[in-house]
Parts: sequence; structure tokens; C-alpha cells
Amino acid sequence: MIKKLAGAIREYKLPSILTPLFVAFEVVVECIIPFVTAQLIDKIRGGVDVAVIAKYGGILVVLALVSLTCGALAGHFCATASSGFGKNLRRDLFSRVQGFSFANIDKFSTSSLVTRLTTDVNNLQNAYMMVIRSAVRSPFMVVFSLVMAFKMCPRMSTIFVAVIPILVFGLALITKKAMPIFRRVFKKYDTLNNSVQENVKGMRVVKSYVREAYEEKKFDTASVDVRNDFVRAEKLLALNAPLMQFCSKSITICVSYFGARLIIGTNEGAMQVGQLSGLITYGMQILMSLMMLSMLFVMLTMAIESGRRVCEVLDEESTLKNPENPIDIVADGSIDFRDVTFKYSEKAERYALEGINLHIESGETVGIIGGTGSSKTTLIQLISRLYDVTDGAVYVGGVDVRNYDIETLRNQVAVVLQKNVLFSGTIKENLRWGDKNATDEELIEAAKSACAHEFIESFPDGYDTYIEQGGTNVSGGQRQRLCIARALLKKPKILILDDSTSAVDTKTDALIRKAFRENIPGTTKLIIAQRISSVQDADQIIVLDGGRVDAVGTHEQLLADNEIYKEVYYSQNKAGDEDGRS
Amino acid sequence: MKMAGPNGGPGRRKFGPKAKDVKGSLFRLIKFLIADYKKQLIFVLICLFFGTIALTTTSIFVKNLVEIVEAGLKAGQTAEGFNAAVGFAAIKGDLITLIALMIATAVVGIAATTARERMMATVTQGFLQKMRGRMFSKMQRLPIRYFDTHTHGEIMSYYTNDIDTLRQLISQSLLSFLTCAITLLTLVSIMLYYSIWMSLVLFLGVFVMFRITKYIGGNSAKFFIRQQKSLAKAEGYVEEMMHGQKVVKVFCHEEESLAEFDRLNEQLFEDARQANRFANILMPILNNVGNLLYVLIAFVGGVLLVTKAPSLSLSGQALSIAIVIPFLNMTKQFSQNISQISQQINAVAMGLAGAERIFELLDEEVEEDNGYVTLVNAKIDEDGTIHECAERTGVWAWRHPHAADGTVTYTRLQGDVVFDDVDFGYVEDKIVLHNVSLYARPGQKVAFVGATGAGKTTITNLINRFYDIADGKIRYDGININKIRKSDLRRSLGIVLQETNLFTGTVMDNIRYGRLDATDEECIEAAKLANAHSFITRLPDGYNTMLVSDGANLSQGQRQLLSIARAAVADPPVMILDEATSSIDTRTEALVQKGMDSLMKGRTVFVIAHRLSTVQNSDVIMVLEQGRIIERGNHDALIAEKGKYYQLYTGAFELE
Repeated sequence: MIKKLAGAIREYKLPSILTPLFVAFEVVVECIIPFVTAQLIDKIRGGVDVAVIAKYGGILVVLALVSLTCGALAGHFCATASSGFGKNLRRDLFSRVQGFSFANIDKFSTSSLVTRLTTDVNNLQNAYMMVIRSAVRSPFMVVFSLVMAFKMCPRMSTIFVAVIPILVFGLALITKKAMPIFRRVFKKYDTLNNSVQENVKGMRVVKSYVREAYEEKKFDTASVDVRNDFVRAEKLLALNAPLMQFCSKSITICVSYFGARLIIGTNEGAMQVGQLSGLITYGMQILMSLMMLSMLFVMLTMAIESGRRVCEVLDEESTLKNPENPIDIVADGSIDFRDVTFKYSEKAERYALEGINLHIESGETVGIIGGTGSSKTTLIQLISRLYDVTDGAVYVGGVDVRNYDIETLRNQVAVVLQKNVLFSGTIKENLRWGDKNATDEELIEAAKSACAHEFIESFPDGYDTYIEQGGTNVSGGQRQRLCIARALLKKPKILILDDSTSAVDTKTDALIRKAFRENIPGTTKLIIAQRISSVQDADQIIVLDGGRVDAVGTHEQLLADNEIYKEVYYSQNKAGDEDGRS
Repeated sequence: MKMAGPNGGPGRRKFGPKAKDVKGSLFRLIKFLIADYKKQLIFVLICLFFGTIALTTTSIFVKNLVEIVEAGLKAGQTAEGFNAAVGFAAIKGDLITLIALMIATAVVGIAATTARERMMATVTQGFLQKMRGRMFSKMQRLPIRYFDTHTHGEIMSYYTNDIDTLRQLISQSLLSFLTCAITLLTLVSIMLYYSIWMSLVLFLGVFVMFRITKYIGGNSAKFFIRQQKSLAKAEGYVEEMMHGQKVVKVFCHEEESLAEFDRLNEQLFEDARQANRFANILMPILNNVGNLLYVLIAFVGGVLLVTKAPSLSLSGQALSIAIVIPFLNMTKQFSQNISQISQQINAVAMGLAGAERIFELLDEEVEEDNGYVTLVNAKIDEDGTIHECAERTGVWAWRHPHAADGTVTYTRLQGDVVFDDVDFGYVEDKIVLHNVSLYARPGQKVAFVGATGAGKTTITNLINRFYDIADGKIRYDGININKIRKSDLRRSLGIVLQETNLFTGTVMDNIRYGRLDATDEECIEAAKLANAHSFITRLPDGYNTMLVSDGANLSQGQRQLLSIARAAVADPPVMILDEATSSIDTRTEALVQKGMDSLMKGRTVFVIAHRLSTVQNSDVIMVLEQGRIIERGNHDALIAEKGKYYQLYTGAFELE
């Protein structure tokens, strides 16, 4: 995992190396400062000589300036390295997702992909900053402080050696006990927040059923539970500070007592008075660094989870690959299904499609009808190879779709998805998704075919009207027509509408179909619809039921001898039928 | 530990992290804290005070230690040269007393810290839980209007971001500030006690440090706000693209989408780099200014000693080495504390901004309810008089107390709804319903047909008083609905919305949401009625299948069936179906309709539907256009009328 993530460092290798380097320099200088300070104090004590103070003061000033420079440079390079790492990682993920097939996208939900690209990357970016800065600084500090302390007075330094294990052991114990509680409580906390979100979204339901008090009780129970766990974990963590104080006071007291004895015992031979506070400073530095390390440890273990989730995306191989020698011309718009079987994942028990055999001529209009869950959408998604068949084969223009260059195939097979979206940007920009070089005239022509021109023109800004994210500022029917126009601009050989006119009134629906007949007669048109009226004039109508083809025929044939088709027809035309009889 | 959990999605906000009324928010926060945890806080403060003083006095001890050691060294200088034993014997008593004192203060300090920290864990988490509770309970009482004008992300941000900054503020920053303040005060008094001149030099240095913090911190904050903005932009783009990823694939638009992403990502990189750079260099600069200050104090101390300048101090003591050395230590402590404060400044600013937003939520106007007519279970005698009773009888009555004469009358709940010349607008000066008058007799099925924005849903929103009308009257069983207590009014109405909202829990839990005391059998019965039974039994765990994230594992149609079952189990006298079957195929819909019809026999139903086949068998169909009812009648009558409805029906007119 580390290796995979480290792949995002790339051009920021230099600052990534310079940062720890300068941090190390800074630490060394910082460790020398108390050493010189101790000498300065001794000089002052020995009789005040301004020249001597100036000399040592001068050294200290230089050291402080060097330390400042190193620290600032380290901070500067660290900012570049970590922001750069985050940038690259974010890009890697985004570009990876761009290569995902529908199956890959289904596997990760949209919201989980968003979290991975946002929260997780941010966590990792912070973790990286810690790794190249703090995680270098703290161990260095411990080592150098010890070295300097030994240099100053080896006998006193044994006190550190005795105290450090107490802190390390104590911190490890506290962390070990607290971590599992934290992990558990963070999960609960997420659940709590998710339930709030659910509540916010479903506020109308809550209010309609007068469930405010009930929801409050539910929330309070969960909230108290979260609190209890948090209190338990934080009470454990609360021991960190006293533990730290215990260690630092132990060092101060031991150094004071034994130091006093040593100084007097050797008449300042083994140790000078000035070194008393120097040693205490080193002791503090060591302890602070150890404390920092334990915090780093906790934070990094939490970043591991983010790392794992990010790597899952980076490791995900697209389930669809371009063939070795892709064909990049689609001959015509004919479609054949031969013994096609499909299920969404290997683990799925049920086949979504079974034993499908179909032949559609180029230029035909085909309607597809079937109830919820009859796999209509699944069927058409195989044509532009949004999914690969499990068994059998789908042919477009006489060639197995798996032999085409994917981009060629998808440009020739335009699908207007059922769950369709527009993107934030002007109408023009949105339409040009279909053809980025389309002229304004072509845009208008496509919009006219999709019966969208009229309402676009009615907007004050016309084709330059800004569409909000998700297309929320146009109505459902308008959105659908814009999506159709967008697909038309691709000038495809096959056009598939997946329930794409459900929010459009029947008259406009008919006009769109008429425009198709007149403007793109050579294009094969597949229309999935709930309304019989949307498909009844098709060349053939496919009735799907439970993933199987129940019947294929024209409106009249099906109405004569297909039960499902008849039922659907009468459920929609009860009154019309009565009218007919009366 | 400021790491968002795996699901703590990004809540975005347009404005920066600055609080508008810092003082006000701080005072209010403290007021809330005191109200909830007065005793505990006093305890914490006492611990904090004594603990901090105990731990700070170390510097005094170092001064004493140096004096003692010096004395020992002096005493050891005998005629025969240095005698350690003599020297040590001379100061042994003093040294042991001093060490004992140090141990005593250390014990007090550590004990106080332990007690304080553990108490703070309870206070912080307890307070946060109480605040969450307050926010949630407030939210339950807000009018629907509030949810119209605030996005889900905005509201969620209170629970995720703001509470989080509050935790940081209370558990760390506030105490840390107080600790630093007490430490600094203690230090200042000790320092002034020893030497005013040197203290003045130190204050000068501190002033410089504050200026630096202000300059760099200000820059850092500026760039952090910029970083937040470009982060929001980049993440917003990611969200949009991830939602539209399938469309991107279908249009082979991967490269373009990546190119735009790169542009935003680059901007984010630039801003993040700037922001972090300023944040990163603050510490080394402050630390080393501290070091320089140390040198300066040493130098000034030296000069003062050499020149024997007249000493000025609160103690009246003359300046000596034994004062200069602890002074140097104190200088170090001083600058460390200032660095610590500077680190907390950002957290405090963000915490207060968070607190301010939370208070804004708590200050929102709640949904008003002056209703006094309540819904009760009832029994009806043979002579027609209505008696209130405790158990569920399947018969309800409105209990109507009359303030004037203190009597109580009962009206049987039947579901008779009358709109009398109703005007309404979501915003005051934009009326969306004009002079709407309609009546629905008990047991009637009333349908609304019209284009999006014609006011269909608005009418139903007025019946359950999600919104209050501007003019006119709505009567329910002859009672002005403004007199009916909202909760009782809503209990009498079952509503199924197009936008289904399910809750985390089992399928059974979700159906039972309609009536909490419904038995399993009743829930299953309702599911059968809604034609949901067959698909539920095919789920992996049947009725015990867990639904997560709004029932994402179900199809839209299945979710609609479930929400119909939920309404069915509530068994309300009046039902509102707002595009309730729009995602169900027409065959299944016909089956659901049959079940519903038998359920709703004798009850009033309001139906809003886009599909005309859904509303054909209604008793009355109202055609709405721009907030006005333009046609009314049953299907046959309206067809015969050959107006708008006829045009719609024959597909000659647009509906969307």
C-alpha cells in the first residue's frame, strides 16, 4: 500500500527529500543551542564579562538564525511536497475512475467514490505532511537530545534512560487501550450522522407521521451511546498529560538532586551549575518528542484506513479492455443478440438476462416494453458495451462489440440513460458533449429534433442559459429533451432511449418520434418506454419479462396474442377502450 | 484527533471560518457550558489554577537550587582545598527541603492535571451530546420552510463540522488558553518580583512575537480561506462528475473531464501550498525568536550586573546571578507558552465560528402551533353521541374544547375537507395559489392534474399545514384547521410522496414507521395491500432485510411500494398520494390501486399524478393551471367538456 501511495510523489521528490533534510539540520542546531546556553550561564556565573557574553550570545544568535532558516525552509518544502502529493494522488484517483467501466462504478457507490476522492485524499495529504516533517523531527530530536545530554554529562543522562521507558510504556498502554474504543466510536459517530442526514432528507415523512418525538428519542439513545464511548476513550487519553508531567518532573527532580550532589561532590569537575537547566531542557525535548510520536502513531493508524480505501480504487482494474486490434469503423446500425446471458456479478444468483436472441435491422425503430425489473435497461446497456455479456455475444454492424474500439463503438451507439444528468454549464456547453465541434446551427437542429428548441428559446439567455449542477433549474421533461438533443449531436448509427421521455407529454413525445423518422431515418432507434403510445408505431416491439424475451412483434400482433402486452395496454387505455366501444 | 471518519462526507459552505460576533458567541457558549456543568467546571477551574501554579513554580526552585549549590561549593572550600563532604553537609538540609518541596508541588500539579483532564473528558463529551440533542430537537420543530431554504449539506454541516470545531475549542483550546494565561501571569509576577528592567526587555520581545504571529497568522488564515474555496470547488466538481460518471462514459468524455479536473486541482495545489507554507513557518520563527530573546535577556542581565545599574524590582532585591539564571529559564517558558497560544488561535477562531452557526440554528423560529382541537379515539353510541375512550377503536373524533363556556364537543372524524377561497404564496409577494375553492366529501377520491408548478403539491402541503395559507379558510370536518393541533391533524392524514424516504432499519421497521404499535401481522397485511409482499419475500432476509442509506438496495418502484405499505399500516382516515406510483409500472400500479381502493373505502383520498391513467377513476378531477383550478368534474364529464383535460388526455397538450 505504501508503495502504491508513494507513486503519487513523482515530481515532488526533491522537496520531499529536502524537507526531512532541513528538519534534521534544524533539530541538530536546536539541540546544540541548550549546550551553548549552558556554557553561557556558566560564563555569567563565573564572573560577568560582557565580551564573553557577547561572544556566546553571538554564537547563539547565529545558531538561532540557522535554526530559523532551516525550519522555515523545511516548512516551505514540506508545504510544496505535501500539497503536490495530494494533487497527484487526487489526479491518479480521478483519472482511474475515468477508466472505470459501469461494473466498476457499480461496485463502488458514487458517494463512496466521492469520499475517497475528498476526505480520504485530504487525510492522506495530512498524513504525508506528518511523515516527512514531524515523523522525522521527533525521532531525530530524541536521538540528538540524548547524544547532547551524554556529551554534557554522561552520568546524569542515565536518568533519562531510566525515565524514557516509563513514558514509552505508559503511552503505548494508553494508546493500545484507547484505540479500539476510538475506532468503534468513530463508526458509531458516522452512523449517528448518517441517521441525522436521513432525518433531514425525510423531514416531510417525519412530520407527516408526527414522528418528531420518536426520532428525538432514537437520536438521543444513539447520541448518549456515542458520548459514553467517547468519554471512556478520552478519559484514557486524559492520562497522557499527567504521565508526561510525571516523567518531566521526575527528570527535573532527579537532575536537581543528583546534579547538586554531583556538582558539589566533584567541585564542578563532572558537571557545572549551568548544565543543570541544560539537562532539564534536553529531558523536556526528549519527552515532548516521544509524546509527539505517540500522537503521530495514532493519527497515522487512522490514515491507514484512508490509504486502504484509496488503494482499493487505484488497484481496481477496469473490467472492460480495448481489444488488441480494435476495429474502428462501424459498418451499419444492425444489432444482433445471439444466445446472450448476463448477470451483474459472478456472485449474483440470478441471471439478469437469459437466452436472448434478437435481430434488428439497420434503420429500424424498435420498442422495448416490460415491467419493473424485467431487465430492459440491462439489455440495451450491452449494445454499447457498457457491460460485457456473461455468455453469448452481441453484434453491432455484424461485428462482436468486443472487437470494436470502445470509443468508436460508443460514439456510434448513443445511449440516453434513464438516470441522466446535465452538468453545470450553459445549455450550449452541455449539448456540445455530443460533439465538441458542433456549430450553433447543428446545436439548434438537434434541439429542434428533440423538441427542445422552443423552450430553450423561451429562456432569457436562450442557448447560453446556465444549467445548475444536476440540471435542477429545468423541469424533468426539459432535462430529458436536452439529454436527447445531446445524444443526437453524436450523429450515431444507433440511438437508444432508455425511458427518456417519461416526463414528456404524449404529444411532444410523438413529435420527437416524428422528428426521428424524418431527420434520422438511417439511424437504428431503440426506445424503452412505459407508455404503449411511445412504442406502438415501432417496426417491432420486444416484450421483456423477468430477463427473458416474452414476445417480439408489431403492436397489432402483440395486442392480438401477448398477455403481458395486452394487460399493459388496457391498464393505460381503459377509458379509451370504453370510449371505443361506446 | 481531527480526522473525519470514512463517511464524514465533506460539508461545504460558502463563507469563511470567521465568526461575526466573537464575543457574543463566546459568552453564549460559556453560558451554556455553565448552565450544564457548573459544578464540574468550578472543579476544573480549581484544578487548573492550582495545578498550573504548582507546575510553574519550578523556576523559583531552580533559582533556589542554584543558590544552594553555590553555597555548597563555597562551604566546601576549606583551608586544605576543596572538601566535598563538608560542602555537602552544609547544604544537605536545604537541598532535601527543596527537593521535598519540588516533589510536593509536582504531586499536587500532576494530581490536579489528572483530575482536570478526566473531568474535562466528561464535560466536553457530555456538553457536545447535549448540544447535539438541542440541535436535533430544534431541527424537529422547524417548519418545512426552513428545509426548503437550507440544503441538506448545509444542515449536516452543523452536526459534522461545527460540532467538531466546538469539541476542539472546549476540550483543548479554551483550557490551553487558560493554562497559558495563568502560566504567563504567574511568570510575569515572579519576573517583576525579581527585576523590572529585565521584565521590560522580555515584554518587548513578547510584543515582537505577537506582531509576527499576527502577520504570519493573518496571511496563513487568508490563504486557508482561499484553500477552502478551491477545495470546495474541486470537491464539488468531483461530486458532480462522480454522479455523472456513467454519462461521461457514454459520451467518451473522460479526457475532457480530466482536463477540467486538472485545472481545478492545480489551483487547489497552489492555494494549499501557500496556506501550509505560512502555517509551517510560524513555529520555527516563533521558537527562534524565543531563542534570540533568550540571548538578549542574557546580554541585558550581564550588562546590568557588570554596570551595577540600580536594580528595580518589586522585591527590592538587588540583581544577582541567582536571579539572572532562573530569569533565563522563565524567558524560555514564556516564549513557549506564547507559541502554544499562537497554535491555538486558528482553532479558537474556527470553534467560535462553529459555535456562532450552531447558535444561529438554535435561534431559528420553530413551527408555530396554536391548535387546541385534538384527535381522540372514540366510541359512538347508538343514539349517535360520541364518547372519548383510551383504546384504539378504529373510530376517531375531534375533541373541541370551547374556551368561552368551558364545554367540550366532539366531532366525528370523517375526512371532509373544504377549501374556501384560499390564497397562498411560498414567499409573501409571490402568490402561487389563487382563490382556490374545493370540497372533498368523505370517501371521495379527488385528483389533481396539472403541469409542474401549477400548485398541485402546494394544495396538499396546505392541508397538513406544512405551510399556512395567506388568505381564505380550510375546514376539516367543519373545523378550521388552524384550530387543530398540528400533530393531531397530521396523524389523521396519510401521505405518500413521490420522493420516498426510507430509514436505516429492517423492512419491517420501515413499514411500522406508519404506526409504531402495529404488529408484525398488521405490517405484512399492509405490505400485501400495497403489493409489496411478493418482492419483500424475495429479498435475502425477507422482512428482516436491513435497508441502508435510504434503501439504496431497492429500486425506486420497490421503495414506492414500501412507502405505500407504510402509509397503509398507519390506516389514516384521509390519504394524500403525491405521485406515489410514478415509478411503478402500469401493470403493478393497477394491482396497487386495487389494494388501495379497498383500503380507502369510505375514506377521503387526494391523488396527484402525472399519468392520467392513475386518476381516471377518481370521483373528482381538478385541473390546475398557474395556481388556479380551471376545470373540475369526473373523467367522463371532463372529456365531454372538451377543455384542457380533454386535450391532455388526447395528447394534444403538454404536461410536465
